[in-house]
Amino acid sequence: MVEFYQALPLVVQGLLKGLAVILVIFPIAAACSMAERKVSAWIQGRPGPNRALPPFLAWVPGIWMLQRLGLFQLAADGAKFVFKEEPLPNHVNKLYFVLAPVIAMVPAFTTVTVVPFGAYLDPSGRVVPLVLANVDVGILAVFAVASLGIYALILAGWASNSKYPFLGGVRASAQLISYELSMTLSVLPVFLWINEPGSAGTLSLSKVVEFQSGTSGWAGAWFVFTMPVSALIFAIALFAETNRAPFDMPESESDLVGGFHTEYGAFKWSLFFVAEYANMIVGSAVFSLLFLGGWNLLPWFPLASLLGVLHHLTGWALWLYPITAAVVSIGIFLGKILFTLFVFMWVRWTVPRFRYDQVMRIGWQKLLPLSIANLIAYTIGIYFLQS
Amino acid sequence: MPTEFAFKDAAAKNAQGEFETEKMSLSMGPSHPSTHGVLRLQLELDGEIVTKADPVIGYLHRGDEKIAENMTYNQFVPYTDRLDYLAPLANNMAYAIAVEKLAKLEVPARCQAIRVITAEMARISAHLLGLGAFGIDVGAWTVFLYSFTEREKLYKLFEELTGARFTTSYTRIGGVARDVPEGWTGRVLEFCDQFLPRLEECLALLTRNKIFIDRTEGIGVISKEDAVAYGLTGPNLRASGVALDLRKDKPYSGYEQYDFDVAVGSRGDAYDRYLVRGEEMRQSVRIIRQAVAKFPAGKWYAEDARKIFAPPKDKVLTSMEELIQNFMIVTEGPQMPAGEVYFEAENPKGALGFYVVSKGGGVPWRLKIRAPSFCNLSILPKVCVGAMISDVVSILGSLDFVMGECDR
Repeated sequence: MVEFYQALPLVVQGLLKGLAVILVIFPIAAACSMAERKVSAWIQGRPGPNRALPPFLAWVPGIWMLQRLGLFQLAADGAKFVFKEEPLPNHVNKLYFVLAPVIAMVPAFTTVTVVPFGAYLDPSGRVVPLVLANVDVGILAVFAVASLGIYALILAGWASNSKYPFLGGVRASAQLISYELSMTLSVLPVFLWINEPGSAGTLSLSKVVEFQSGTSGWAGAWFVFTMPVSALIFAIALFAETNRAPFDMPESESDLVGGFHTEYGAFKWSLFFVAEYANMIVGSAVFSLLFLGGWNLLPWFPLASLLGVLHHLTGWALWLYPITAAVVSIGIFLGKILFTLFVFMWVRWTVPRFRYDQVMRIGWQKLLPLSIANLIAYTIGIYFLQS
Repeated sequence: MPTEFAFKDAAAKNAQGEFETEKMSLSMGPSHPSTHGVLRLQLELDGEIVTKADPVIGYLHRGDEKIAENMTYNQFVPYTDRLDYLAPLANNMAYAIAVEKLAKLEVPARCQAIRVITAEMARISAHLLGLGAFGIDVGAWTVFLYSFTEREKLYKLFEELTGARFTTSYTRIGGVARDVPEGWTGRVLEFCDQFLPRLEECLALLTRNKIFIDRTEGIGVISKEDAVAYGLTGPNLRASGVALDLRKDKPYSGYEQYDFDVAVGSRGDAYDRYLVRGEEMRQSVRIIRQAVAKFPAGKWYAEDARKIFAPPKDKVLTSMEELIQNFMIVTEGPQMPAGEVYFEAENPKGALGFYVVSKGGGVPWRLKIRAPSFCNLSILPKVCVGAMISDVVSILGSLDFVMGECDR
């Protein structure tokens, strides 16, 4: 199977990878939208969507469980977005108006490719990361591509040729640029730490996880414990970068109606939402990799140890297969992503929204100085630790 | 000012290093998520700062005052439901008391107690919605759902009492439509007992929330003088530090027998208005408990007002005199003496006033409604200037208006 895949021309391999991204991210993003509704319902003490059930499936015993979970509502919503009339208002700039949601999808899907999502053990017992494109500049590629997403928002706000989207687009551009600085500065200590002086430097995300896979001392501790300030700044900036409440200025439905997507409807609107959720997924994944130890179950208890212990306890050789390691690591990693996503939703349905100038003030006057101070402190600390 | 005309055009002005910025006009409403109905604000913006705000009202105008001149007094009761449609029971009561004052009619103590209980329940229901909608305006959705859960319980009680959940039309001139059902007051007490902890839970989501305080503190400050000068009433006036509550100052319907405090704010900002509403709900619960505790026996309508209140149905069907009486009241309307009267009641949104002019007979010659929301909104052009767009939303939410009442 693997040999067959590697025998394919590179272009075909690339296309297959791209297809895999779309096939994985679209359903997860869609499931996220249902999770959002279910989580909000749970927080607000109501059942949430639980009615939709296709009549031709009603005879299946036990189907009501899926019905209660809103699974068919999800399918119905998806189908609705595809078949609904596509409104294209007369006053918009048609080319950019159609282009904006497409552009929103690109960074969201591109960043997925460089994010490692699991690992397997090769015959020598070494942990090899699973990633579509194992680029050495990992985090840099994520930041570089992810910041392109803002063009979609500006373009949507501008092309809509209407006042509320315009204000939303202006807010988006200012907010996203402001928070990118703190976000980037907050992860620098992590990479200063993992790169020994004199060694060939790396920005690879899988190296960060490898570093957190030790069994004792500094190496096994997750960065969320050793760098709590960095983790906090990164998490806050992540909220702002993905336009999530309490930082959802570009949308801000109570004052800007819908912000940049006020004029959008049907499938184009849903593309913005898939992009938002895809961004959230990638953001959560990067957060898990950087600060939550990636696919390691517990601090100082990495994947290899976990599999060893399981093998020891049960005596099954099954635990030593590479494929088992891959499945287990993907499962652990997915669990962490889902937990982070849940925190995203939890926050959204708990706190009110900031005002636009307050968001800017937090970004420039609080987070940025804090992240610079954090960087300097860790630089000095790491210098003494490593020398 | 001659300096204003020193530059002929924008290019020349820019050459001198001065920015020529253009103001943007933004129409907020009539269909906008935060204008609570059909208020329209014509905003003039400098960036996100509001430099001018012009409320445009009248999108929900139905001519209620004119309609009142074409129907009997009792037929107008359903129209009062639709003034402040979040507290129909309180409107019903205010209207009924106004007309009863015209007829110099005293209703029995039981009727007064029923009206007080229902009006205070309506106040809780209206303030809960105001609180929830304010929460949505500043982005806290969950508060809205929490408060709606409580409103639902109130609506169940309203339905049991009046047969309708929303537009209750419960009062009649000279009484109420029917007596309270068996055990209803007990269920009201049960509601009160479980409501207070739920209310605290609801308020706890906002009161000490840093983001909420940032969004509301110092926003939309209305000074004491301004509040009086613009004719603000109700919680909005009290939040500015004026302890005016018609239930205390000009008691009606037996409010003088109940012991309660008037919540007064100190700064008059959006946060104070929120706090005042929260406290008023607690006080309403106090009033309801007292009213239920000394719930008087007796008739729920003025029995001796034979030309005003229609007799009970069983008597209408069995007795000739009552049949004629019922026939006259239904066809001609409750017979009022000539005269005019003005009465104001402390409604959830403020002082709801009815000015009734009668030339005798069953139909008002003129009926003028003083709507608190209308007066409260008049201060918008003043408080919105200098605020940001998001602040306008906070201000609107904190003023807690209802367009049904404002436009009439």
